[in-house]
Amino acid sequence: MLRSEKRTHRLLRLYIPPDSGWRGTLSALSGFLACITVFCCEKGMPEFFTTLNSLIPQFFDKLLVIWEALPYILGGALVTAATIVGALGLGLILGIPMAVGQIYGPVPVRLFVRLYVWFFRGTPLLVLLFLFYFGLFQFIGLDVSAFVASCLVLGLTSAAYQSQIFRASISALPMGQMKAARALGMSDAQALRNVILPQALRLSIPGWSNEFSILLKDSALAYALGTPEIMARVNFVATRTYTHLPLYIVAAILYFIITLIGLYFLRALERRARIPGYNM
Amino acid sequence: MRPEYRYALMNTQTPHPPVLSMRNISITLGGRKILNSVSLDVERGELKVLIGPSGGGKSTFLQCMNLLVTPDAGSVSIEGASVNPHDKKALCRLRQDVGMIFQDFNLFDHLTAVKNVAIALRRVKGMSREAAEERAMHELGRVGLTDKADLYPAHLSGGQKQRVAIARALAMDPKVILLDEPTSALDPELVGEVLAVIRDLAKSGMTMIMATHQMDFATALASEILFMEQGNIIERGTPGSLLAPDSATRTRDFCTRLADM
Ligand SMILES: Nc1ncnc2c1ncn2[C@@H]1O[C@H](COP(=O)(O)OP(=O)(O)OP(=O)(O)O)[C@@H](O)[C@H]1O
Ligand SMILES: [Mg+2]
Repeated sequence: MLRSEKRTHRLLRLYIPPDSGWRGTLSALSGFLACITVFCCEKGMPEFFTTLNSLIPQFFDKLLVIWEALPYILGGALVTAATIVGALGLGLILGIPMAVGQIYGPVPVRLFVRLYVWFFRGTPLLVLLFLFYFGLFQFIGLDVSAFVASCLVLGLTSAAYQSQIFRASISALPMGQMKAARALGMSDAQALRNVILPQALRLSIPGWSNEFSILLKDSALAYALGTPEIMARVNFVATRTYTHLPLYIVAAILYFIITLIGLYFLRALERRARIPGYNM
Repeated sequence: MRPEYRYALMNTQTPHPPVLSMRNISITLGGRKILNSVSLDVERGELKVLIGPSGGGKSTFLQCMNLLVTPDAGSVSIEGASVNPHDKKALCRLRQDVGMIFQDFNLFDHLTAVKNVAIALRRVKGMSREAAEERAMHELGRVGLTDKADLYPAHLSGGQKQRVAIARALAMDPKVILLDEPTSALDPELVGEVLAVIRDLAKSGMTMIMATHQMDFATALASEILFMEQGNIIERGTPGSLLAPDSATRTRDFCTRLADM
């Protein structure tokens, strides 16, 4: 990598506001000015201009790299989206019965759920990914692709977190709801299905949105297993074209966009599911 | 319990067993004896009123009657057939026959008034949506709420909520209705509309057991008043005998103090 290029990186990093709002912009601006001043004092004006000169043509080079790599990277975005849809779905399917089991189940079930949640919340995701993909799955002879493996591990982890979201929502419902349902002759399963879960799931949407956005960002760790998702593909292109910074910015923007789209739909779901006059 | 067994039991007993019969119900909760071997029989068309100081065990007793709370000892029989509290099917059948009205209504917050009434008809009685909602509208009409059918509980007043709860219980065609202080959570001006509905029910011959502090209501309509304190029924009798001006009963004493407040 060229010396001037390295310097550009340092300069560009200072462009990025530390936080949003005018304060951030102001401090970035002053940082930038300070940087130029230091640069000029150290190297003198001429070298500043040569750096600037070399920067502008490279800018277009890099745009071209991004442009050409974009379909490949967008394919990665699809893989990321598929990963979190799978993981969130698995987490939902496992999380609901776990929450119900932890509240209404017999002692062994409660104990199991607590252990499960304790294990998955207490272990770093990266460790879990390696543990399952290179360890457990091979041990039990489960031959799955890196994509499926990361879906499974993210899903199992999300189930632990989601079960606690649902458990909190179920506990937040007044005791009387279950009593009234039972008093009408409903079995516990009917009461859960018709009275408890419809209300608890509504209450869970905000927490679930949070889980979605966290899981989306955690899914970048699937890169470590070789899943061809955003990070893996961006990294692949970056190391071959020496275009690290712009490509990582593209990656960040992609995650940002997926988050926005997901949260938009979840917000819409929340509005649709709202019970009139009922503050959630 | 299988239906044929139920009939066999009914035939061996008196021709008209009590609608609901509690025998020697005892329960200990949190290390304290809450009910101390209490018994109560309710005949068809009777209105039994439970009164007594707070913490006396009225709510617990009522919830033992439909086995929402499982007593440690004692038995509950409906029309002469005793119910095994550990048989889930029998429990559901008992609770369909025994309606319950709660102090704080417990309407299902995510359902409109008509759906609140219809849901158990559909899920428990297996009725179609149309049939269930038609029946629900009929019951809402009985409590004077036809025009509120499509409102959610959050948009109903306390009195309206309690009337929906009554309609919900009535829709199941219960043999007896348990009411746990149905007007205690209501603003004073809303008590009347709910009591009016309950009065109509009593007049139409509905069998009911009710915990209440509405003594005028109890005096006018109760077949029997039971005074509960510390898990025992310590006095029982007709309103006339317990509340007569010259009677020196605990019940009368309690009611005088209630009236003074
Ligand atoms: N699950 C429980 N665990 C421990 N104690 C309980 C439980 N449920 C009720 N109790 C106790 O049982 C006693 C009787 O309660 P209960 O609600 O039956 O009284 P009550 O006569 O209905 O009173 P109130 O007029 O206040 O409604 C109270 O002292 C209460 O604290
Ligand atoms: Mg009570």
